[in-house]
Amino acid sequence: MRGYITRRVLATIPVLLVVAVFVFLLLRLTPGDPAAIIAGDTATDAQIAAIRHNLGLDQPIVVQFALWVGQLLHGNLGTSILSGKTVASLIADRAPPTIWLATITMVLTIVVAVPMGVLAAWRHKTWVDHLIMSLSVLGFSVPVFVIGYLLIGLFAVDLHWFPVQGYTPPSQDFWAFLQKMILPAITLASIYVALIARMTRASLLDVLGEDYVRTARAKGIAERKVLFRHALRNAAIPVMTVIGTGFALLISGVVVTESVFNIPGLGRLTVDAIFSRDYPTIQALILLTSGIYIAVNLLIDLSYTLLDPRIRY
Amino acid sequence: MASETTPIRARLRLPTHLLRPGGGGFGMVPMIASVVLALIVLAALFAPFITLHDPVQMSPAQRLKPPSAGFPLGTDAYGRDLMARVIYGARVSLIIGIGASICSVVIGLAIGLVSGFFRYADAVVMRIMDGLMAMPSVLLAIAIVSLVGPSIWTVMFAITIPEIPRVVRLVRSIVLAARDEPYVEAAIAAGTSLPRILWRHLMPNTFAPLSVQATYVCASAILTEAILSFLGAGVSTETPTWGNIMAEGRMYFLIKPELIFWPGLALSLCILSINLIGDAARDILDPRMARRKE
Repeated sequence: MRGYITRRVLATIPVLLVVAVFVFLLLRLTPGDPAAIIAGDTATDAQIAAIRHNLGLDQPIVVQFALWVGQLLHGNLGTSILSGKTVASLIADRAPPTIWLATITMVLTIVVAVPMGVLAAWRHKTWVDHLIMSLSVLGFSVPVFVIGYLLIGLFAVDLHWFPVQGYTPPSQDFWAFLQKMILPAITLASIYVALIARMTRASLLDVLGEDYVRTARAKGIAERKVLFRHALRNAAIPVMTVIGTGFALLISGVVVTESVFNIPGLGRLTVDAIFSRDYPTIQALILLTSGIYIAVNLLIDLSYTLLDPRIRY
Repeated sequence: MASETTPIRARLRLPTHLLRPGGGGFGMVPMIASVVLALIVLAALFAPFITLHDPVQMSPAQRLKPPSAGFPLGTDAYGRDLMARVIYGARVSLIIGIGASICSVVIGLAIGLVSGFFRYADAVVMRIMDGLMAMPSVLLAIAIVSLVGPSIWTVMFAITIPEIPRVVRLVRSIVLAARDEPYVEAAIAAGTSLPRILWRHLMPNTFAPLSVQATYVCASAILTEAILSFLGAGVSTETPTWGNIMAEGRMYFLIKPELIFWPGLALSLCILSINLIGDAARDILDPRMARRKE
């Protein structure tokens, strides 16, 4: 078991390395002088030369990569061109709203999607099933920002139930925070709910045909217990896997949702960085989100042994 | 003999059974989806003939006008015809959707065939694909577009790259399963050249699943293009795309929500119909998934 964990953790290193190489090459393979790109349009020749020297661009490309990774391992993600602050401090400033949004969305998704999937599988081939599956296809197809504006139009503009946009930190005013988070969280959850409801249903349908489910029913166990204790536990692994791979959708969705709802989080930081052509920040954000994605999927892989005692490594 | 006794009317009957769900062909829903998609494609092709105005022609006197006979959906903040812009917007979406799905399927097929067949290439290729998959597609595409510059080709390239790993994984899994089949072993034993084994014996196995995958890539590419445009990292803002129209409409959302609604509806319908056609194709081509769905 410990051997497996070690091997699984070590296996993420080549993947992280590939991500680092891509992010590094992205700037180097771009037509033009990376130093000039980093410096921006208004830089003088002297500034460009200084940046070139600082980045070690006069060195061979392999040495440049090693230097860059060395900096990363020391926690130095670079300096933002726009604000002159370190990228690490920018990310730390902007992280809390995004962490809140992602957490609320995750909780909302699992609370809504899993029962939806169970219901669809239980009432298989009835109107309930068809309705849930249709909603799921819609969730896949209607883009996050369209859903966001529909919700704003309906619940904020017409009904005045929620504020239109913005963010209040929970420490300042928890009630205002919650009110401003509900619509963005529903928006961001839409595609994720569709994905997980679909997977829960498919996985549960496979399990419901198993002998032990028939045995459990024959023994006269309450249907609720059959569904949630016998069937869902055995159907959990594919669902967990999809929660992990679907995390990439969540990350992309955050960027869009934050700009629709004007939330000053990491997604907005990304959009601001594009407009100001702030490459060190863009690079750092890609590295960070990829790292989080890899970590989430690692944790999910490791959780399989907890979910299913039959799995032994 | 049986065919002679069949009444002639029965033979001329329309294939209505294909319309019923589970009737062996396309159900009602995918049929409607195909019609919607066909209408969008036709509108994009014949855009100059069915629009009343030039989509980029500004007329300051007509700013933010409500729908009228001259402007069926009203005008935007620059006095441009919203209907013309939405119709022209379909062009960029479809070009990028089709282009990105062809490119990612062709590249992914080549990489997947090699990776599935050669064990030593497999480990390296799959680590690279894992790395690519770990990077959020929208962020990666944003980075590429902002570095290389906004043109329709850059956007297509930027959207294709993150889609490739999914195709590679699919092709590889098929090749891995087919590689040990007797007919492949027989081909190897008969001294068939390697390119020929890949081309004639392994590649045809991938066509059915790949055509399903291509529809999903197409839907995903159209969605990503709209997100890029919406965030201001897509095709130049002078080009009418659904994402660009919505991005410009954001400022006027409270006074004229139609600027978001119509392009959003067109985008959603387009992606929805492609997804539904993909689901139907999967049910027909993949009996295992179809059984699960029943």
